[in-house]
Amino acid sequence: MVNITLDGMNLSVPEGTTIMEAARMNNVAIPKLCYLKGINEIAACKVCVVELEGMDKLITSCNNAVKEGMVLYTNSPKVRADRRRTVQLLLSQHNCRCATCVRSGNCTLQQVANDLNIIDLPYKERYEVTPWNKDFPLIRDSAKCIKCMRCIQICDKVQGLHIWDVVGTGSRTTVNVAGNKKITEADCALCGQCITHCPVAALRERDDTEKVWDAIADKEKIVVAQIAPAVRTAWGEALGLSRQEASVGKIADALKRMGVDYVFDTTFSADLTIMEEGNEFLERFKKGETKFRPMFTSCCPGWVRFVKTQFPHFVSQLSTAKSPQQMFGAVMKTYFAEQLGVSPEKIYTLSIMPCVAKKGEANMELFHEEYAGHDIDTVLTTRELTRMIRSAHIEAATLKDIEFDSLMREATGAGVIFGTTGGVMEAALRSAYFLVNGKNPDADAFKVVRNSMDNPLSESLGDGICEAEIDLGGKAVVHAAVVSGLANTRRLMQAIERGDVHYDFVEVMACPGGCVGGGGQPIHDGEELAVERGANLYFLDKNAKLRFSHENEDVQKLYHMYMERPLSHKAHMLLHTDHNAWNVTEE
Amino acid sequence: MSRLEIPTPGQAQLVVEGLYKDLERRIESSPPGLCPVDITRAFLELCHAQTCGKCTPCRVGLWQLKNMLTDVMNGTATMEALDEMEALAKSIIDSADCAIGYEAAEMVYKSLAGCRDDYEEHIRQGRCICQSKQPVPCVALCPASVDIPGYVALVGEGRYADAIKLIRKDNPFPTTCGFICEHPCEARCRRNIVDDAVNIRGLKRVAADYAGEVDPPACAPSTGKKIAVVGGGPGGLSAAYYLQLMGHQVTVYEMLPKLGGMLRYGIPNYRLPKDRLDDDINAILKTGINVEYGKRIGKDMTIQSLRQEYDAVLITIGASTDKKLGIEGEQSEGVISAVQFLRDVGKNINPDLTGQEVAVIGGGNVSMDAVRTARRLGAKKVSIIYRRRVADMTALPAEIESAAAEGVELLTLMAPSKIEADDNGHVKGVYATPQMISKIKDGRASVKATGEKDVFIPCQTLIVAIGQDIEYQHFEEAGVPVKRGKIITEKYGGFDNIPGVFAGGDCASGPASVIKAIAAAKVVAANIDEYLGFRHTIFCDVEIPAARLDDRPSCGRVNMTEREAGVRVCDFEGVEHCMTQAEAKQEASRCLRCDHFGYGIFKGGRKNRW
Repeated sequence: MVNITLDGMNLSVPEGTTIMEAARMNNVAIPKLCYLKGINEIAACKVCVVELEGMDKLITSCNNAVKEGMVLYTNSPKVRADRRRTVQLLLSQHNCRCATCVRSGNCTLQQVANDLNIIDLPYKERYEVTPWNKDFPLIRDSAKCIKCMRCIQICDKVQGLHIWDVVGTGSRTTVNVAGNKKITEADCALCGQCITHCPVAALRERDDTEKVWDAIADKEKIVVAQIAPAVRTAWGEALGLSRQEASVGKIADALKRMGVDYVFDTTFSADLTIMEEGNEFLERFKKGETKFRPMFTSCCPGWVRFVKTQFPHFVSQLSTAKSPQQMFGAVMKTYFAEQLGVSPEKIYTLSIMPCVAKKGEANMELFHEEYAGHDIDTVLTTRELTRMIRSAHIEAATLKDIEFDSLMREATGAGVIFGTTGGVMEAALRSAYFLVNGKNPDADAFKVVRNSMDNPLSESLGDGICEAEIDLGGKAVVHAAVVSGLANTRRLMQAIERGDVHYDFVEVMACPGGCVGGGGQPIHDGEELAVERGANLYFLDKNAKLRFSHENEDVQKLYHMYMERPLSHKAHMLLHTDHNAWNVTEE
Repeated sequence: MSRLEIPTPGQAQLVVEGLYKDLERRIESSPPGLCPVDITRAFLELCHAQTCGKCTPCRVGLWQLKNMLTDVMNGTATMEALDEMEALAKSIIDSADCAIGYEAAEMVYKSLAGCRDDYEEHIRQGRCICQSKQPVPCVALCPASVDIPGYVALVGEGRYADAIKLIRKDNPFPTTCGFICEHPCEARCRRNIVDDAVNIRGLKRVAADYAGEVDPPACAPSTGKKIAVVGGGPGGLSAAYYLQLMGHQVTVYEMLPKLGGMLRYGIPNYRLPKDRLDDDINAILKTGINVEYGKRIGKDMTIQSLRQEYDAVLITIGASTDKKLGIEGEQSEGVISAVQFLRDVGKNINPDLTGQEVAVIGGGNVSMDAVRTARRLGAKKVSIIYRRRVADMTALPAEIESAAAEGVELLTLMAPSKIEADDNGHVKGVYATPQMISKIKDGRASVKATGEKDVFIPCQTLIVAIGQDIEYQHFEEAGVPVKRGKIITEKYGGFDNIPGVFAGGDCASGPASVIKAIAAAKVVAANIDEYLGFRHTIFCDVEIPAARLDDRPSCGRVNMTEREAGVRVCDFEGVEHCMTQAEAKQEASRCLRCDHFGYGIFKGGRKNRW
């Protein structure tokens, strides 16, 4: 233990603790901007400076450890004056039109400036203006960037894709796409982790809410929405609802009140995905195809983008099954349209996703041209959904827990856990067991693949890879691996490539912790909520009426009435895709 | 009242003079990789501030150039503007009255011509192709990337053995380098912006002097692979050391009776005492390296035979033959190459020069070693004959100073033209043509003959120190590519058409420094390991002290002191005194810890393994 004096308090803290941490442990919150625990401790913003008695220069509290006998002041006149000026300097290069900013009210810079009671700027203001392709799902506004370097570090250390870097030198140094590329030329997976770790609105998703309002207003269009499993774990965070209050039925109510015609749960098509992907896996497994290289899940578009640019020789190992989002779009524009007796072109498909990459996925070319346009017309992130609810001035507390629309209403616990790392694998194994043995296993029999990541962004990043040997009975032993986070994924892929490890089936989710920690989820600076939100999905699964995808009667009805059977010709045409039909980067 | 006054500079002027000095040092330690357009613009701003304002081209022209450069930086300039800039710069060069103007314009002109790509990128793409890639200057400039802030901090805490362990991760010759490293690490030390570079080499010497015997780390489990290293100089031994740590069995073939190469047979004892060199070599040998002494490649074994016997072969034969002057009388008795002369002394075959006049031709470090050695061998008079000026000599300034202090004469601006021998064929002197310094060509002042008559410089021994070559005949015959006296390897240190054979050090780079040979050894060791199908890493788990948070007030640099010149010339004992521990502590505390502060903590990324 080390003894220090902090703001007059005599404290004893463990050796190696940073000054900031020591203060926090004693309820002194030192203001900070660039700091991101374990990821970005580089003393760039200088907001967290403190005064060390006996020294002239101030020191940063985020990256310096306490030493015996230190006498520290976190709010001395000198600290206050310098910290204030530093924030004023940052504001002089930050476009402060907060009224038109998506992060207003959830902006760390705004918070720090407000807390310091900064009400005027003595400095000349100048914003950096650099062009950006506004059609791209990820938008960077250089006029708002405060050069905290978090995006660079997240992409380098957690996602291992190195999309962002410091560019230029001297007074013109700034942050931009690495290697002087345009974002459309970079290998961006669109995971959106840079967005959820940006303290301001320098990075955000492309806002598509107006497109949805237009579709709702269009009398010719029938707007059909789906809500992804992970959205239900987080949407309430931005609207002041607790996790218990924020049920998925209330999202359905909100969408209906905004004018959406039909609302479904993506959990239905997650079950459908299991039928297709599970059967596809067993087929490949039985043929011995997976003896050499595994089959990979294809639900996560961030992962699909990643594998296409980083390990293109593995693309043929991806399941050809479309993701639940795309499957549902295809079903809505065929089976559902047919049931309604309307042409597919009248159906406007909207999906609410915890994800930015889904915006990219929706845009990809159709494999089979059953209908004009795309499977999905518009994707909104969880954040855009909450902004839409606010803009419709719906009081969240008044929302009712309503039922989803019929025909594709039924959803199982297996489909719900698609939203968290390990979930797709577990759901697939539950049904694969049934397919092999003709009877259900215990629903929790495969919980070993629940990728336990206590805190994916903590120093104990661990290896983030979970592996298991699953006995499906009937001599079928499946070697499975589950990974989330793209840097972890790269490590796993390299090990597979080298032949160090062998698996039959691998589930990958690009975001640490899976979709619950997705790049489209509500942002809480400094907090990693994937594990907490994931627990919510496991709770829903545990309490679900049905816990096996193959028991979903609406899915069975779909096969019976339209798709015939899993992997049928029709299913191939509508529910599977060709991963080689499109490119991640511009030529 | 008074007809004349003694001018005294005002307070403000004195402050500005100080600022000039500060700026000089700042420019000296400027980080590499900055945008040439931006830097040119910044320099031009300073130049324009110096204008007296009399002449239009300078007063207005520099301002307009600056505006144009700013437009380029802002991405608002056109490609035509580049031509206009060039034309304007040319006009200012042609028409400005004084150097303040025309030299400023010249700078822009040079920048436009030499950095055209940068300008065009800014104009066409609105972006910069430069990036700061060297966050910790000393580490970036050390060819072997030694963790300098790390070991400086360890020395500061008196953890000398840990410092040695940390250095050995990248450089198995800590003692040797503590004595004679050319310390490129100090060139851009950021401390120079405050007052003066940290004495990094001196602190390494402290670690070596106070650490006592430090054993090398344990070797990895044996791989069963055998590697032959031809040449036991710093490059060969460093590679052998790392390969041995990786678990391979290395055999070093050395043509001379002892190991060390140029360190033993080139660098005199007074600069690097041999017992101290042995400290490094003994630690290296402790890893279990086999040594075959007295074996010469091409005679006792061939590349082909080694390839058959070993899994990989590394050529590190150094550059141990001399270059010839190519003038009349060079064959005379008493004319000797510096390489031969120093090697003899290294073997304790000391020629008696008592009472002789000795002349040494050349201005490099080897030349300084030769003159100072000759002085110690009793020569009455020792002279350096050099065709340019002292300022143009390639030897380290400290070496030249030490030689001068030991009474060596510097005969500059003298180009040897003919060697005169007596009737017995023994040298009796050298004729030299007087030169005058002339125009600067390729950044270096050239010389031309003054037209005066040649002067005769009497000497009974003449030492030629104008460079070294490699003995390449055998390699050429064995199919190893050789060009201009160097073995030409691929970037990985090997040859595409001769798998399993690698080369590094002076024989591949041309005569260079110890630390460059060590750096090359790291590269080939890693690539040989890879070639053999392994991926061993060399690491050091010594914990580096956290950066101190104290203020960093200006403080003078501790320089090394030397034994009195008049005393040290009487023996071959080491001339340099080590710092005291108190001095070392202070000197270490001057380190600004660029690994923790500034860009280093973001992009520095301490590499604790390779």
